[in-house]
Amino acid sequence: MTEQAGESDPTAQQPDEHDPDARGYFGDYGGRFMPEALIAAIDELSAEYDKARIDPDFLGEFNRLLRDYAGRPSLLTEAKRFSRHAGGARIFLKREDLNHTGSHKINNVLGQGLLTKRMGKARVIAETGAGQHGVATATIAAMMGLDCTIYMGEVDTERQSLNVARMRLLGAEVIPVKSGSRTLKDAINEALRDWVTNVDSTHYVLGTAAGAHPFPLIVRNFHKIIGIEARAQILDQAGRLPDAVAACVGGGSNAIGIFYGFIDDPAVRLYGFEPGGKGIETGEHGAALGEGTPGLLHGSRSYLLQDEDGQIAEAYSISAGLDYPGVGPEHSQLKDSGRAEYRSITDAEAMDAFALLSRTEGIIPAIESSHALAGAIKLGTELGEDGLIVVSLSGRGDKDMGTATEWFNLNSPDAAASRKDS
Amino acid sequence: MTDGLADFLKGTKAEGRAALAGYLPAGYPSIEGSREAFAALIDGGCDILEIGVPFSDPVLDGPTIQAASGTALSTGFRLRDLFGLVESVSSAGGRAVVMTYWNPVYAYGVDRFARDLAAAGGLGVITPDLVPDEADDWLATSTEHNLDRIFLLAPSSTEERIVSTLDVSSGFVYATSVMGVTGARDAVSSAAPTLVSRIREHTSDLAVGVGLGIRSGAQAAETASFADVVIVGSAFVSKVADGLPALTALASELADGVRTSPAPVA
Repeated sequence: MTEQAGESDPTAQQPDEHDPDARGYFGDYGGRFMPEALIAAIDELSAEYDKARIDPDFLGEFNRLLRDYAGRPSLLTEAKRFSRHAGGARIFLKREDLNHTGSHKINNVLGQGLLTKRMGKARVIAETGAGQHGVATATIAAMMGLDCTIYMGEVDTERQSLNVARMRLLGAEVIPVKSGSRTLKDAINEALRDWVTNVDSTHYVLGTAAGAHPFPLIVRNFHKIIGIEARAQILDQAGRLPDAVAACVGGGSNAIGIFYGFIDDPAVRLYGFEPGGKGIETGEHGAALGEGTPGLLHGSRSYLLQDEDGQIAEAYSISAGLDYPGVGPEHSQLKDSGRAEYRSITDAEAMDAFALLSRTEGIIPAIESSHALAGAIKLGTELGEDGLIVVSLSGRGDKDMGTATEWFNLNSPDAAASRKDS
Repeated sequence: MTDGLADFLKGTKAEGRAALAGYLPAGYPSIEGSREAFAALIDGGCDILEIGVPFSDPVLDGPTIQAASGTALSTGFRLRDLFGLVESVSSAGGRAVVMTYWNPVYAYGVDRFARDLAAAGGLGVITPDLVPDEADDWLATSTEHNLDRIFLLAPSSTEERIVSTLDVSSGFVYATSVMGVTGARDAVSSAAPTLVSRIREHTSDLAVGVGLGIRSGAQAAETASFADVVIVGSAFVSKVADGLPALTALASELADGVRTSPAPVA
C-alpha cells in the first residue's frame, strides 16, 4: 500500500485550474439555475466550503474519518481471471465497494456532514436512487447526531428494498416519492421541495456531482481521493500509468472522482459508461451525454434527456443509481473538450459483466459499477494484451441480489448465473 | 390592446386598491378548457392572468399544481399551444403574463420565445427558477421585445440581492410570502409584510406582488393591505374541477377582497 494515499488528500480540496469560474461554470456548463429562496443557502454553503477547503482542522478531521471510519485507502485489486475476457489487457479494480457502507458515496457524505455541522445545521436530507447515497447519508447522520430524511422514488424503494431497511435501521426517515417517474429525478425534486421549506435548519446532502454550484465542485473534490489513491496504487503495482480509466456515469460522482487522479496525465484516456438500458435505439436508456442536448435541470446547465419543448424525459436503466436523465456539468465539459469519452452499456451487457466478475474474481459488483466493467471488457479488447485499465468498482452488489435473482433465475437449483433469456 | 403592467399598476394604486393576479396552468384541464377557465377569471375580476407553462419537474410547486401540470402534459399540451392561449386571454381584455420554469424557454430559444410571446400580446414573464445572475440573455431579449421581467424575492433574500434584483425587474416584483412550495394555506405567513417592507426600502415605484397560499377574500384583503398585486394560484387550480361558475365566483370574492379596506392591524 502506498504511503501517499492517505497523505495526499489535503491537496484534493485546494483551489486549482480545474475549479469552475466564479459563477460556477465549467466552460459552458454549470451555474445556479435555482429559486431565489435557495440562493442564500447555496451562498452559505459556498462560503463555508471556501473556508473549510483550506482549513487544516477541517481537512484533518475529514481525512481522519476517511481513514478510521470509511476504511480508506481502498484497495486496488488486479482482476487476472476477469482480464482474460477482455482481450488480455490487465484490468485493475479500484475497490470502492470495500468502503464502509459499500460504495464510494461515503467520501462525499463525510465531507458534507462536516460542512453541515460547521454551518450549525441539525438536519440533513438527501435523495437516493439505488439507496447507496441514502445509506451513506443515514450512516453519517447517525454517527454525527444529525436528523435525517431520505427521499427515494417509489420504484426504487421496491427494487432496492434492502437499502430502505438499512436506512430505517440507521434512524433515517425514508419517504417514497410517488410523483413523476418515481425514480431518482423525482427524489431530487422532492428533496428540493423539502429544502426550500426547511432551509434554515437543513442541509441538502446532494449525492452526485450535479446540481447548482457549488455542489458539482464540492462533490468532485470529496471524491478526488478515489483517483489520487488509484494513481499512486497503479504506479506502485504496474509500474506505469494506465492507458484507460473506466467508470460508470449516472450523475457522475464516482467517475469525476477517479478521473481527477489522472486529469493532468494526457496519455491516460478517461471513459465514462452511461446506462444504455434496453438499447439506445429503443429510447429506454439514461445516456444523457450520448443522446441528450444541453438544458437546465436541478440547478445547472448540462446535457440532458429532454424533448423539443424542454420537458425532461424519463430515463431508464436496470440500475437504479444510473436511472437519471441528467449528468453533472463537468462531464459535459469533458465531453465537449474531448478529454473524456462517453459510451453506453446496455442492461444485458452490464448484467453479463456482473455475473462474470462474480464468477471469475469472487467479487459481486453493484449493477452500476457493472456498466464500467462491461466497458472495460470492450476497452481491453480494443487495447489488446499490452493494455492497462483501471476500473472504478464504485459499489458492491449485495443490494442488487433481488434484481440478479430475477435476471439469472437464481432460485432455480441449476442456475449458474447464466442469462435468463439465453 | 392593454397598457403595460407598470402603468396599469400605477392606476390601481391611484384607485387605492391592489390588483388581483390569477394563475392557472396552460392546457389544464385541456387546451380549450384552459381558454374558458381564464375567461372565467377575467369575468370574475382578475386583472392579471398568469399563464403557467406545465413542466415535467416543477420543483417549486406543491401537489395541486404538480397534478394539474401533469394532466396538461399528459393530455397533449405543447409549448406552441401557449401563444394561442396568451392571444385569447389578451383579446378577451386580460393582461397576460407567462410563468415558467426556464428550461422550456431555453429549449424553445429565449429570443424566439420572447418574440412569439410579445406577438401574442403577452406582457411579461415570471421566472421562478431563473435568478438575475443567470439571466443575461433574458435581460437583453426582454428589453428588445418590451416584455416585463418579473423575478422572485424570498424571505431569505439578502439586502444585496433585493437591490440587485430590483435593479433589473420591471412590471412588478414577486415576493414569495413563505419559504416553501405553492399551495393554499389557512394563514398568510407573517413573513410576507416583513419582506414587502424590506423591498419597499429600496424601491418607491416598482409594484410588489405577494403570492403563495392565498385562497379567500379575507386573505386577499389582508394581503392587499401591504401588497400592490395579490397573486392566487393553487386555490384557482383546485376550483377548476368545480366548473366555470365556481371559478368566476372565487375570482369575484378575491376581487372584492383586494378592494376592501382591511381591518386595522392590531
